Amino acid sequence: MTSLTLPPTGLRFENIDKRYGGLFALRRVSLEISPGECVVLTGRNGSGKTTLLRVAARIVRPTAGKLSFPGASTETDANGRPGYVAHTTMVYDELTAEENLVLFARLQNVPEPAARSEELLREVGLYDRRSSPVRTFSRGMRQRIAIARALIHRPSVLLFDEPATGLDPLGISWLAKSLGEVHRAGCTVVMSLHGESEISALATRAVRLDGGSVVADTNSGASLHSILAFGGG
Amino acid sequence: MSLLSNTATLLGKELRTEFRSRELLTTTVVFILVVLILFSFAISPTTEESREFGPGLLWLAILFAASLMLQPCFLREQANDTLSSLRLAVSDPFAIFLAKLIANTFFLLLTETLMLPFFAAFYNIPVLPQVHYLLLVLFLGSLGVSIVGTALSAISAQARMRELLLPLLLLPLLTPVLVVSATVSVSLLDREPVVQWKGVGFLAIFDFIFLTALWLFGEYLLEE
Repeated sequence: MTSLTLPPTGLRFENIDKRYGGLFALRRVSLEISPGECVVLTGRNGSGKTTLLRVAARIVRPTAGKLSFPGASTETDANGRPGYVAHTTMVYDELTAEENLVLFARLQNVPEPAARSEELLREVGLYDRRSSPVRTFSRGMRQRIAIARALIHRPSVLLFDEPATGLDPLGISWLAKSLGEVHRAGCTVVMSLHGESEISALATRAVRLDGGSVVADTNSGASLHSILAFGGG
Repeated sequence: MSLLSNTATLLGKELRTEFRSRELLTTTVVFILVVLILFSFAISPTTEESREFGPGLLWLAILFAASLMLQPCFLREQANDTLSSLRLAVSDPFAIFLAKLIANTFFLLLTETLMLPFFAAFYNIPVLPQVHYLLLVLFLGSLGVSIVGTALSAISAQARMRELLLPLLLLPLLTPVLVVSATVSVSLLDREPVVQWKGVGFLAIFDFIFLTALWLFGEYLLEE
């Protein structure tokens, strides 16, 4: 789905705190994610998964602590910026699928934005609907365009917040296959998931959050399976 | 360079989405037209009174229309969290502000230019002889309104009571621009027109100061 043109990039969270008023969304989170890892974040609702991903995407500034991307080229290099899929599509409903992708490709100085968006539209199965406004899309189609937007600049780090939301079983299989390709190409993937699925099978490491803190972190077979299976509970 | 190219790309998006829906332009054009007609019929001013009070009413109508136009500026980025995707994509967040404030200034100027003939007709004021100076004042005044309004729209979009907050913050900050714009416009539309260059200079300096402040601190307004 994407070819990596840069050396793989990792993620380093050092004592990250994020506070909203008096409420700690993240509390002294320290994680070192090596380049090329596929990490699944699990935990109950409100455990801090989304906040951690938004901090990693640099959408949210941490209250304390430091975030860095070991191996990243430069901050201004588009490929060095993470690709992020959130709960919402993060694209414009009033624009067509093609216009959205070309817009984000141009903003990130992707060479030949039209060709790259066409390539991705074919890959996510929306090429026939490229001229339709996103507001006419079903939930699953919206998720596909959201994933295409995140991949448009061939990022070396991918952050997915519950990426299977709204996808049918075929869509989930497609996503698992695509993520597998991206991961094999050397991309670092961090995603939040609830329970085991085809997508969680890609995980090389699982991290469980509770109350904004890391309570379990493993990359060994049985423990990984246990966290993935019961992570939300 | 990336600031300019990002701004141009985002400006294209702003113009495309507006001209496709025409929501803001229709609302503001109708609003200004209604205000001007209402005042014209309610006061029935003589030509002299029109020259004295007309420009003030015009700027009042522009202010109300601008607050209507500026409200959705950042609010509509919230529906799908597109502001986050823009922040992830652009290398300089100032490009987001720059594109929005250029688009807002353009929409305001377009509305004002469309309204000038109606203003001249309803208030019986010949605007053509001084139209180039009048357009300069409208440009500088509208730019000031857009700079401050775009910044405050970013703040109010993330707050509770957001619909009330923008006009509340906007009115006090824009008072100097509106007073000076109205005063310069009155002088321009006088029987013996005079260009108040001090006023024009004030508007240019106001725009420069607020644009610089937005460039320096704008990034913090976009944070969650």
